[in-house]
Amino acid sequence: MLGWRRSRCWQAANLRLHMSLPLFPVGDDPGPSFSRLLKKSGLTPPSLTSEAVEIRHGTTIVAIRYAEGVIMAGDRRATEGYSIAHRAIEKVFPADRHSAVAIAGAAGPALEMVKLFQTNLEHYEKVEGVALSLEGKANQLGGMIRDNLPMAMQGLAVVPIFAGYDLRRQTGRIFTYDVTGGRYEEADFHATGSGGRDARTTIKMVWTDGMARDEAIELAVQGLYEAAEEDSATGGPDPVRGIYPTVATVTDTGFERVPDPEVAERFQALIQRKTQQGLHQ
Amino acid sequence: MSMPFYVAPEQVMKDRADFASKNVARGRPLVATAYDEGILLAAENPSKNLHKISEIYDRIAFGGVGKYSEYDQLRQAGIRHADIKGYQYSREDVDARSLANAYGQTLTQVFTHEMKPLEVEILVAEVGMGRDGDQLFHIIYDGTVQDEDRFSVLGGDSDTIRGRMETAYTEGWDIGAALKAAVAALAGPDRTIAATDLEVAVLERSNGRRAFRRVPDDETAGLLA
Repeated sequence: MLGWRRSRCWQAANLRLHMSLPLFPVGDDPGPSFSRLLKKSGLTPPSLTSEAVEIRHGTTIVAIRYAEGVIMAGDRRATEGYSIAHRAIEKVFPADRHSAVAIAGAAGPALEMVKLFQTNLEHYEKVEGVALSLEGKANQLGGMIRDNLPMAMQGLAVVPIFAGYDLRRQTGRIFTYDVTGGRYEEADFHATGSGGRDARTTIKMVWTDGMARDEAIELAVQGLYEAAEEDSATGGPDPVRGIYPTVATVTDTGFERVPDPEVAERFQALIQRKTQQGLHQ
Repeated sequence: MSMPFYVAPEQVMKDRADFASKNVARGRPLVATAYDEGILLAAENPSKNLHKISEIYDRIAFGGVGKYSEYDQLRQAGIRHADIKGYQYSREDVDARSLANAYGQTLTQVFTHEMKPLEVEILVAEVGMGRDGDQLFHIIYDGTVQDEDRFSVLGGDSDTIRGRMETAYTEGWDIGAALKAAVAALAGPDRTIAATDLEVAVLERSNGRRAFRRVPDDETAGLLA
C-alpha cells in the first residue's frame, strides 16, 4: 500500500528517514547557532585532558586601539615544555570581515576554538541574513571559553583576545577573557600570554589616544620585541628564516594583514636603534 | 478499523504533481545565468527582506521560488549541510553537487511519503575557478535534479522565459548584458521591471573566499541603463 497516511509533520519524518540534509522538527531547531547545531547532530568533539603529556603552547598576543580601528599582533613561537615546537605558528586570525581573534594558551584547543568561532559567526550571518553585533560576537566567544572550562582545569586553558571594528559605534573595541569565559572590555590596549606583561608595560609607556596606523604598528612591534627579550616562550623576529610576528589591522574596511616586508622593515629599524643605544645587558 | 478508499498510485502522484506545480507557477520566477566573471541570479521580488536568493557557502548560492516558508527552510538546511561538511572536512570539500543531491533526496522523500509535497522549486549554483567549473542545479518539487550549464529558469511561466533566454544567451557575455537579458526575459515584451522590484545577486570569481554578493538597487539600475 502506498504511504499516504497522515504523518505528524514533514520535518520530523525527514529527520528520521534520512540524514543527508540536517532538518529539525519545529520545537527542536538549533536556530542560527552552529555550536548548537553540532551538539544536536552529535558532532561535538570529546573533552581532553593533558595529564603528564607535553602539549603545544602559544604565547604573546597584543591588541591596540588606534585612530582607524584596532591592531592585533602575535609572535610566531609555539613551545612544548622547554623546547620550541614550531617557529611559524599563526596566532592572529580574522574572525569575520570586521573582527579578529588572537590566541594564547594550549595551541590545539585554541586553533579548534578559532575554527569553530569563525564558522559560528559566518553561519549566523548566513542563516539570519545579518552579521552579529561586535558585542554579540564577543559574548559568543565568551560562551565558547566557558564551555572549555573542564579542559582548562586539566591544563588546556585557552585565553584569546577578541577585537574588532564596531560599525555601529564607529570605533575599534578590544575584549579580553579569563578561563571561566569572563569577558572584559579593554579601553585602549591589552596583551596576554606568557610575555603579555612585558608587552603591556612597553605599550603603556608610549600609547596615546588617536594614534596613526604607522605609530600603532610600531608600538605593537616594540611590545612583541620586549616580550621576546624577557620571555623564553615568546619568539622574536627571525631574519635567518624570514619569520616575523603577525600584525593585522581591523578598520571599517575590514580585516587586513600587514604585509610581511613592512613588518620586517620595522623590526630591522628597531634592531638598528637598539644597537646604537649600546645596551650591554 | 475502517479501510481508506483505494486510489490508484498514478492518480496520487499526478494529483500531487498538479498541486505542487500549480502553486509554484503562481510565484514570481527566477533566472540564473553564467557570465564571464561568474554567475548572475535575478528575480522579481518587491520585498527587501524576504529573499529568494541567498548565500550557502564560499562559492555556492541558493535560489528558491514558490512558498517562502518552505524554501527558506530548505535554504537553512543547505547552509547547515554545507557548514557541517566544511567544518568536519575542509572548505574545499563543500560542493554544489552533493548539496543538490541532498535536496533531491529530501524533496523526493516528501513528495512520495507526506500528505503534501513542498510547493517549491530551488536552484543550487556554484561558481568555479574558471567558466568550465560553473554549475547550476535545478531541483523541482518531486526531487528531480537537472544539471544546467548556461542558465536556469525557475517558477511560473518558465517555458516562455526559457525561450527568451535561449534566444538572448551569448557565451561569455558581461554582467550588464546578462542582467539586461535576464530582466527582459522575466518581464516579457509588454512591461519593464524597476530596479527596486528586482532582487539581484552574483557569485563573482574575483570576490575572494566568499564569492556571493548582493547587487544593490542603484548598481542594478546602473547596469540596466
